[in-house]
Parts: sequence; C-alpha cells; structure tokens
Amino acid sequence: MFELLGVPPQALFGQVLLGLINGSFYAILSLGLAVIFGLLNIINFAHGAQYMMGAFVAWMCLNYLGINYWAALVVAPILVGATGIVIERLLLARIAKYDHLYGLLLTFGLALIIQGLFRNYYGSSGLPYGIPPQLTGGQNLGFMFLPTYRGWVVVASLIVCLATWFMIEKTKLGSYLRAATENPTLTQAFGINVPLLVTLTYGFGVALAAFAGVLAAPIYAVNPNMGADLIIVVFAVVVIGGMGSIMGAIVTGFSLGLIEGLTKVFYPEASSTVIFIIMVLVLLVKPAGLFGRAA
Amino acid sequence: MKLKTLLAATALGALMAAPALAQQISVKAGVLNDRSGIYADLSGEGSVIAARLAVEDFKAAEKGIKVEIVSADHQNKPDVGSTITRQWYDQDGVDLILDVPTSSVALAVSQITKDKNKILINSGAGTSDLTGKACSPNTIHWTYDTYALAQGTGGAMVKAGGDSWFFLTADYAFGHALERDTSAVVTKAGGKVLGAVRTPFPGTDFSSFLLQAQASKAKVIGLANAGGDLTNSVKQASEFGITQGGQKLAGLLTFASDVHALGLQAAQGLVLTESFYWDRDDGTRAWSERFAKLNGGKKPTMVQAGVYSGLLHYLKAVEAAKSKDSAVVMAKMKEMPTDDPLFGKGTIRVNGRKMHSMYLYEVKKPSESKGPWDYYKQLAVLSGEEAFQPLAETGCSLVK
Repeated sequence: MFELLGVPPQALFGQVLLGLINGSFYAILSLGLAVIFGLLNIINFAHGAQYMMGAFVAWMCLNYLGINYWAALVVAPILVGATGIVIERLLLARIAKYDHLYGLLLTFGLALIIQGLFRNYYGSSGLPYGIPPQLTGGQNLGFMFLPTYRGWVVVASLIVCLATWFMIEKTKLGSYLRAATENPTLTQAFGINVPLLVTLTYGFGVALAAFAGVLAAPIYAVNPNMGADLIIVVFAVVVIGGMGSIMGAIVTGFSLGLIEGLTKVFYPEASSTVIFIIMVLVLLVKPAGLFGRAA
Repeated sequence: MKLKTLLAATALGALMAAPALAQQISVKAGVLNDRSGIYADLSGEGSVIAARLAVEDFKAAEKGIKVEIVSADHQNKPDVGSTITRQWYDQDGVDLILDVPTSSVALAVSQITKDKNKILINSGAGTSDLTGKACSPNTIHWTYDTYALAQGTGGAMVKAGGDSWFFLTADYAFGHALERDTSAVVTKAGGKVLGAVRTPFPGTDFSSFLLQAQASKAKVIGLANAGGDLTNSVKQASEFGITQGGQKLAGLLTFASDVHALGLQAAQGLVLTESFYWDRDDGTRAWSERFAKLNGGKKPTMVQAGVYSGLLHYLKAVEAAKSKDSAVVMAKMKEMPTDDPLFGKGTIRVNGRKMHSMYLYEVKKPSESKGPWDYYKQLAVLSGEEAFQPLAETGCSLVK
C-alpha cells in the first residue's frame, strides 16, 4: 500500500480530522482574544480561566440544577459573560488609559485567583461530565471512527466563528465596533456610546471562551488547570494570525490545529512545541503576523 | 515563586512540659510534592495531613521528640524541586524530605539528599531507578515502583491473553521507566511489544496517539502515564470506540483519585495495581475515616498512606537510635521491621526498597458500587518478593 513517510494515508486522514477538531478550540478561543484585543487593546490573560469557568458552569448546571448540556451551551456563556462585564466595569475600565501591560498583569492576576479558587473547592484531578445522549456513539468513516460529538464540535465552532466574523465585518453594529476601534473619540462624537460598546465586547469575548469551555467539558476532564494548559498555545495562535485580526484568528486556529495533529504522527515528541517554532518563524518574516496590518 | 510553607504539629510538644528524656530531639520534616498541578489530588495537601497523623499517632511529644512539618510545591519541575530542596537543607534545617511524586523531580531530590547527607523517604514517585542504578544510601522508596506495577498489572494482562502491547508513554523519566519495566514483563511472558508513542507531559488531547495505538492492532494498550494524563486517555479511548472494539486498556498506574475523577462509567473494568486501598480491612478503614474528615471527605491514595507509614517508621527509628544523625537513623530503619495498620508488616532492603504486598484490583461496575469511593474489587495479592525486583537484578551499587 502507498505510504507517506511510513504512515498509511488512512491514518493520515484520521489525524487531519483530529487536528481540525483541536483547531476548533484554538479558533474559538483565539477569536475571543482577537475581538477583545481589537477593541479594548487588552491582552486578556484571564481567557483560559474563563474557558475553564465555562466548563465548570456546565458541570454545576448539570449537578446542582439539573440543567442539561444543550441548555448549558446557552446558559454558561451568558453567566460567564456577565462576570466578564462586571470585571470590565469594575476593574478594566479604570486602567484603560494606561499602557496595555497593566491590563495584561491585571487579567493574569485574575486568572491565577480564579484558578486557585476552583482548585481549592474542586481539587485538581477533574470532574466527570458525560457526552449528551444525542451525540454519543460515532460514525465509521472507513479510514477512522469519528465520534459524533467531535463532529459536532467542528460544526458548532465553525458556525460560531463565521457568525462572529459576519457580525463584526458585515453588520451595522460591527461597523460601530470597527469605528470605535479606529478612533474612539470621534466615534463618541457621533453619538455612539463607546464605553457601553467596550463593555459588551469584553463580555462577548469572554462568552466565546465559556462557549468553548462547554464544548470541551465532555471530552477533556473538567479541571481547574484546563485553561492554563491551553492559553499559551492560543496566544501563540493569535500572534501568528496577527493581533486583532478576526479572520486571521479563525484561519490560523484551524490550520495550527492541523499542523499540530500531523506533528503528533510524524514526531510526537515535538507536538507540544511545534506551534511555538512556527510562531518564531512567522515573527521573523512577518512581525505583524500572517493577517495583521503593520502598526 | 509560590513556595507555601506551613508549620504544624509542634503545638502539642510546646504545650506539654516535655518530661523524661534528658535531651529533646527536634526533627523537621519537609513534604515536597505537587500542590497545584495534575498530581495535587493524589499527593498535595493530603500528604501533609497524612504526615500530621503520623506525628499524632506516634505520640511524638510524649516521647520527647519535637516534630515540625513544612511543605512546598515543586510544580512537577526538577529545577523548582531542586531549589526548594537545597533551601530546606542549607537554610531551613530540614532533616528529611517526604513524598516527592514525579520521577524526574524525585531523582534530582535523591541526588541532592545524598550530597547533603540527609534522608529522602519517597512515596509519590514511580521510577524503579530510585532503588536501581540511581540508588542512594540516603533514599528509601516506600509505596510502589514501576517494576511492581509492571509485575502486577502487566503480568495479569498477559496471563489473561493480552500478549501484544502498544504503549502510550508520558515523555519523562517515569513514563520511560514504566514502559521499560512493563515491556520486560510482557516479553518475558512470551508476549510482544508492537510499538510505543511518547506523548508530551502533561497533555490534554490523546486522541491522535490513541488512533495510532488502535492502528497497531495490539491487544493491549498500555498507558504508561498518570494523573490527568491517564484520566484523559481513558476517557478518550472510550469515546473513540477503542475499548468497544476489543482492545484492552492497561492503566499501569491508576490511583483511587483518578477513578474518582473518571467516574465508574468510564473507569469500569480497568485492572490496576496498588499497595494500599482504603477499604481493604478494618485498620485501613479506620485510618482513612480519620483522614477523610481532615481532607474534605476525600479518601487517601496509596501515596498519602505511604507518607504516613514512612514518617511513622522514621520516628520509631529516631526514638530507638536516640539520634537524628542520617547514617544512624538510616541503619536503624533498615534494621527494624516496619509495621503499621496501612501496609502491615514489612522490611526495608539494603538498596532502600520498602517491601510489602501489592494488590491487584479491578474497578467495579457502577451497579456493583455501593456509593462514592467504593471502587475496587480485589483480584490477587502479590507478596513483596513477587512484586519487587530481585536485589541482584537491580544494578544498585549498595548491593554486594
């Protein structure tokens, strides 16, 4: 049989698909980061913690309130997004006028506090969260067994990513957002409530993270460190895509998932570093990122 | 650095006027483990609680021995662990270090302990090298090791017909040692090892590696990993229909806390080897009850039980030797038989290996379990001699 570097093509298709699935998480998370950075100029280091909160809220909904997965998919992003709004109003708004290093430090501190609290109450080994009954089982695609739930993750993430892109690039609300990013003072002079827009954007970015968290809950253990493990990779994705670029974040998210997936076949030991190697290469050639505009 | 130090267990000694002994011995024990990462639930604060219980049960204060316990988080990083160890020995007057899960950290701490002539009683780490080619006159390896896990779980799986293996190996000292020791058992019993994949530690998504294992058509997929890595691989193996497809999983190092995190639905049927299970007999149940009250209802793991047992034996040796000189106490510990309600009677070999029985368990089906933490049924008991590596084969320089 035809083989590529000792790997049969069937296995390769499987790995490409798995890469896309992981890429879905990178895409939603980096999208949230890109949206927040674009408008607020804040590097939201709490993003990983907010993703973890999404998964935990889904778990709490199920175990304390009997709310199932489908409802949690809506409830958790709203609840976690609301905490984001509180954080923006109480804390981030006060430091908006300073250098964005302060925002980074503040959100990093918040992330540590949130993770510590969850670890204190729930331990570090994680909590079980089952796959919703409608999505258990899987399809045999001939070259691999695709669990239905993983297929759903790719579809859900594509829909959310494209809807977000559409909203920001093609709607009136989106044009206000982009105007406020470009020149907040002038936009405000036209009678648009920029501070409100900023608060809602942060809430939305956080809600995206929480949505990814709910998606992740049934396949990865719901555990306080789940965000911390992922956030560094996601930052690399954003940097590669270009800070603040919406489409850049989506495309790089999926493609880096793919590259990482292939590395796991050809040289597994490097699979946790390959994204950073790419980051270095991209920064050397295009310092603003693949899709970013030079400042 | 989040070096958290907490002082405890000294209060009793200070309050009661120390009688009897002319000269009081004061001992400082450091519990060094993972307090925030993937091994925090199986060691962490629980090991500190276990150490305090040992001091309490030994009635140290009445015997004129003052014990102080400190603890720190090594974050599963050898450099962090080494820095703390040096600071403890050089500046803080720590006499012995307990626990130290994560083999790469344990090997580093063992080396420093030897250089500084202190004592390491390791409960948490797996690598059999600690009593093999990296053995030290200052280290005792208490609870389990990769060789015993391989004998227990590996041996049982091969006997049940699982004669071809593929490994998912955590890419650091522990995973490598576990893969090596299990491969030896499998080949010796006439089985074959078809391949292995080294996974970055710690990891989240194992599906890619699991598909490689599936493609190998091996009858058994050996999981040479632990903690969060293990729970994620077990969960995802069931998601990708690997276990339903007839391939068996061998969770070579599975702790009770992992089974708790997985839930019985996902964990049922796993065969595993442990040296301690809270529900084994009246002695373990009574102690675990006390432990759980102090640990938010969570039952102890074998690592935490090992910290208790190890510190208790150390204190007995200090009492008998009337000294805390490292060489004297180590000699005493190896000379005296060990005995406690958790591990029963045992001995310590010249290479530092603590000898006791290992137990082969199977995880219950949800229908068989009477409630939370009722997880295991016992399949077999391996005596210390059967479970642990014969002295002559260890390659330890202390064996003559």
